[in-house]
Amino acid sequence: MNAPLWRDASAGPGRAAGAFDGVADRISQWDGSGEAGAGAFALTRRDFLKLSAAAAALATAGCRGPVEEIVPYVSPRTAAPGVPQFFATAMTLGGAGTGVLVESNMGRPTKIEGNPAHPASLGSAGMYEQAAILELWDPDRSKGITLRGQPATRIALETALFERMEKLGPAHGAGLRILMRYSSSPTLAAQVQALLRRFPAARVHTWEPLHRDHSLAGARLAFGRAAEPVYRFGNADVVVAFDRDFVGEGPGHLRHARDFMDRRRRRESAPPNRLYAFECTPTLAGAIADHREPLAPGALSHALVQLAAALQGGSADHPLVAAAAADLLSHRGGCVIVAGESMPPEAHALVHRLNGQLGGVGQAVEYIEPVQGDIDCTRSLQALASDMEAGTVDTLLILGGNPVYDAAGDVPFRELLARVPLSVHHALRPCETSAACTWHVPQTHFLEHWSDTRAFDGTASIVQPVVAPLYDGISPHEMVAMLLAPIGGTPRDWVRAQWLGASIDAAGEERWRAMLREGVVPDSAARTLQLRARDIDFAPPDTAKAWSLVFRPDQSLHDGEFANNAWLQEIPRTHSKLVWDNAAYLSPASARSLGVESGDRIEIESGHARLVAPVWILPGQPDDTITLALGNGRTRAGRVGNGVGFDAYPLRTAASPWSRTGANVRKVTGEHVFATTQNHAEMDGRDPVRRLNVPEAEGLREKPLEDEPPPETLYPEWKYDSYRWAMVVDLTSCIGCNACTIACQAENNIPTVGKEEVRRGREMHWIRVDRYYEGSHGKPRTHFQPVPCMQCENAPCEVVCPVGATVHDSEGINVQIYNRCVGTRFCSNNCPYKVRRFNFLHYTRRDGEPPLDARNPQVTLRMRGIMEKCNYCLQRITRARIETEREGRRIRDGEVVTACQAACPTLAITFGDLSDSRSAVSQAKRSPLDYTLLRELNTRPRTSYHAKVLNPNPDVLPPGSGGG
Amino acid sequence: MAQVFSPRAVLLLKLAGIAFVVALAVALVTIYKYFQGPGTLAEAPEQPIPFSHKHHVGDDGIDCRYCHDSVEKSSFAGIPSTHTCMSCHSQLFTDAKMLEPVRRSMATGQPLHWTRVHALPDFVYFDHSIHVAKGVGCIECHGHVDRMPLVRRVASLQMEWCLECHRDPEPHRRKASLVFVMQPTSVVRAAGGLPDTNIVSTRRLTDCSTCHR
Repeated sequence: MNAPLWRDASAGPGRAAGAFDGVADRISQWDGSGEAGAGAFALTRRDFLKLSAAAAALATAGCRGPVEEIVPYVSPRTAAPGVPQFFATAMTLGGAGTGVLVESNMGRPTKIEGNPAHPASLGSAGMYEQAAILELWDPDRSKGITLRGQPATRIALETALFERMEKLGPAHGAGLRILMRYSSSPTLAAQVQALLRRFPAARVHTWEPLHRDHSLAGARLAFGRAAEPVYRFGNADVVVAFDRDFVGEGPGHLRHARDFMDRRRRRESAPPNRLYAFECTPTLAGAIADHREPLAPGALSHALVQLAAALQGGSADHPLVAAAAADLLSHRGGCVIVAGESMPPEAHALVHRLNGQLGGVGQAVEYIEPVQGDIDCTRSLQALASDMEAGTVDTLLILGGNPVYDAAGDVPFRELLARVPLSVHHALRPCETSAACTWHVPQTHFLEHWSDTRAFDGTASIVQPVVAPLYDGISPHEMVAMLLAPIGGTPRDWVRAQWLGASIDAAGEERWRAMLREGVVPDSAARTLQLRARDIDFAPPDTAKAWSLVFRPDQSLHDGEFANNAWLQEIPRTHSKLVWDNAAYLSPASARSLGVESGDRIEIESGHARLVAPVWILPGQPDDTITLALGNGRTRAGRVGNGVGFDAYPLRTAASPWSRTGANVRKVTGEHVFATTQNHAEMDGRDPVRRLNVPEAEGLREKPLEDEPPPETLYPEWKYDSYRWAMVVDLTSCIGCNACTIACQAENNIPTVGKEEVRRGREMHWIRVDRYYEGSHGKPRTHFQPVPCMQCENAPCEVVCPVGATVHDSEGINVQIYNRCVGTRFCSNNCPYKVRRFNFLHYTRRDGEPPLDARNPQVTLRMRGIMEKCNYCLQRITRARIETEREGRRIRDGEVVTACQAACPTLAITFGDLSDSRSAVSQAKRSPLDYTLLRELNTRPRTSYHAKVLNPNPDVLPPGSGGG
Repeated sequence: MAQVFSPRAVLLLKLAGIAFVVALAVALVTIYKYFQGPGTLAEAPEQPIPFSHKHHVGDDGIDCRYCHDSVEKSSFAGIPSTHTCMSCHSQLFTDAKMLEPVRRSMATGQPLHWTRVHALPDFVYFDHSIHVAKGVGCIECHGHVDRMPLVRRVASLQMEWCLECHRDPEPHRRKASLVFVMQPTSVVRAAGGLPDTNIVSTRRLTDCSTCHR
């Protein structure tokens, strides 16, 4: 049943060609394209008549639209064809799992949502989880096993490995090495144990470029053993973050964001929480902080030491540190300090001790066994590298990862690989590493295989396949099994046995089914460790004035793994709004001192490595600090990711993975062309984002932000007799994570356009996240504002459409009718919010776009020359309307959830029916914080905003004063 | 004065003029034919098996939902799986030559490829389940399927035709339990089969967003 599913407005005329091949050659003469016009006149009358007859025959021979087929199942597989099914599984990133629900349309996974039952998701899904669907369908994925670049068979691989294992057997596996990434899969861990029992002399190494070595080492310093903190931001009234973007990255960030904002929104009973952020590059946590201080990496440690001193009764020079210390002391038991991976191990140990001292342990922070194990990635990779250098590595199996690209700059992994007689690279896509290995083995995507994983708090999930492997992939478990003595069963049996033992009784089967259905293994969260931190003597080195380099994962590409994902390449980085690029981020003052502007190029020299990078001036960046995003500059990522941006890994060393001081920086000639989606960051008195402090927000109870009736209008009022859909976006909760934009892109079949087209302002995102600065450019407050279509009551677009392609429907949605649109673009010209997007170049057929199978069959694919925009996920409203009308009832509040709303980790978006005065959206509209964008234009939007409410410390700033 | 155009050029111009007129006519006919789609009102498209609705529905009286089993739950009515066909034909006409493709499909696991008779453009989202739930009989759009040896289209399926009913659905609706009765709606209604469901908003039915999205 392929035919009815895939909607493609572009698949119209032009498909039925090819019937009259005999005359086609001569017709081509009429084109006049190749042979100029002269050739056309060579046509004789006889030829002309023949052609006319042929053309007439073409018309009368019953030329019809394309003949569509219906291909039913042989045996039925789904309850009802055409109705999507959802499967629970989990995605692992950096060793930690996040529960997801995968929407499958007739067996094709098309959309990923969060799993409400999973503690790391609670129903939300971040950028990476949602974009994973595009990874699955990536046409650049490995399609088969290769031996030195030549196609090989699975039998050949198995034979080669078997012979190797036979040979290694007598030596107990000496020379056999496995290089893994962080993994929390109990099944894989058991397999590796079995392997080490068979080959006791073999070694397993781990390399994760975005490793957590510092925090684990810090725990070892503080507790004498490895432990991982699990934060409960819902219990924290005061949070102090040292370079820790707890809402934007790392395991559990979706949950952290949810907990933090739940606590922040709870204004009635207690004052909201307060966040102090000290950081060396702008992050999402910094943007939502009540107080933010940009500090160079060296100064961060000093600030922490000052804080520790102030908490002991000493004093702090830095006024913000002193204020934070006082605030922490007055909230004992309800406060937490968090440190990021870039802080040195001693800093982490100090933080553990301070949290213990402040009574945060057991409340806002708990400790568990590290879910990925007690691993020092840096040492592990260095040990492997020195053995490879010494020539003692005979067989190397690289299970995922791309160490040739992402190993630290001082580990020459590519050269070392040449010394390994047999190397096997097992990965989703051919990459830099596979080119340097003997064998490359395609890995299955996580939607294609059986496995298991643990979340940030230890909760286990079963990873179940949603689709059969698209390209002969081999799962990690099957790969390791090739090195083991042959065992029976399938990977499913192995995973099942891991959780249920060998039991195949009915009760066991029921438990297994429940695990798969819920996506969570019940009661599997890690047990809390009772730990007391030792005293730490932390004396950070003095900081001299020098350039510091800061290495950060790219917000979109992670460690480079997602470089071939067009959705992620084109998502604007939250702070810089750059797409398809990375840059050396400089503060405005540093740029002035170097004499550079955004787009100029600088040369950075540090140690033996040297790099030329384009500059982007980023307000809020600390002075003398250059932030470089890792994960760009891939050379063998695929057709989307090759050559995008520059590679910063060579500058990164094993000893200083996150920051480095003492770089030489100078301006060099040449200019770089960036593509950004927002050139202007000032609000210019128009206040698209309204920001209040808590006392002012309290005062709004008497006088709401918008308490006057809307101005008069000449247009007649619309009358509604049914639902009135509306949306409210809470700007306090928005953390600028872009999850909504990717969710919308996946749900609504929105194409990417590429860097050049973005430069022309032609990006297609239906919901964008605007970023504004308030205050000085050195230390601004950053505000985010998601902007979908406002669905105006007095819509300026509707009155200018000459063909009635954009009209008001009976439920108040301003709908765009693609089949009527002729592409005048008048509507877009007249839209004051600039939310309409025009498809200039048939972007849906661009290289790198997902295939038809990956598209949402419920949404039309728009062709070139058509305007499109947000329609409040009309397909979801329609589905709910049809389902409820079949039951003869109205749609209940909460039954329609838009894609952006479902994805939002902080529940910033409320959507529903205004005709029901008890609906969540009606209540939100009654809030005194509610306001509409560009109200003076009297467009009367259905989408409104809640002003951003911050809770700054009155001792630091008098309430109401701007700046930060 | 010398001739501006040579006789040859004049001839070519005339020919070009004629060619233009002919091409225009051909184009119009082609476009019209194109949008007619397969299975015009008079003829039925060929199918891999000459499946007779007349025999199965009219003579045997099999309920529509035996084969089109998702018609009440999904936008798509459902085309029976090979398994469904074989639930009878493993016992009946087991050696009929006509049924060879079905048996082959069952044996090889390769599905049958039917030709679609009722095709809508890809930007139209029709939903069977809601029409059935609201008492629109099968016969309203598909005609007397019980009298068709091979299914053919009886309605134009053009937007004007859809809107005819969406503007004034009442005469086209019947009691929900009688949807699958192969009698014209007027007859069913006269015999007491008046609709027992209601249309919440007739204005909604003519919104563009009801079918296009």
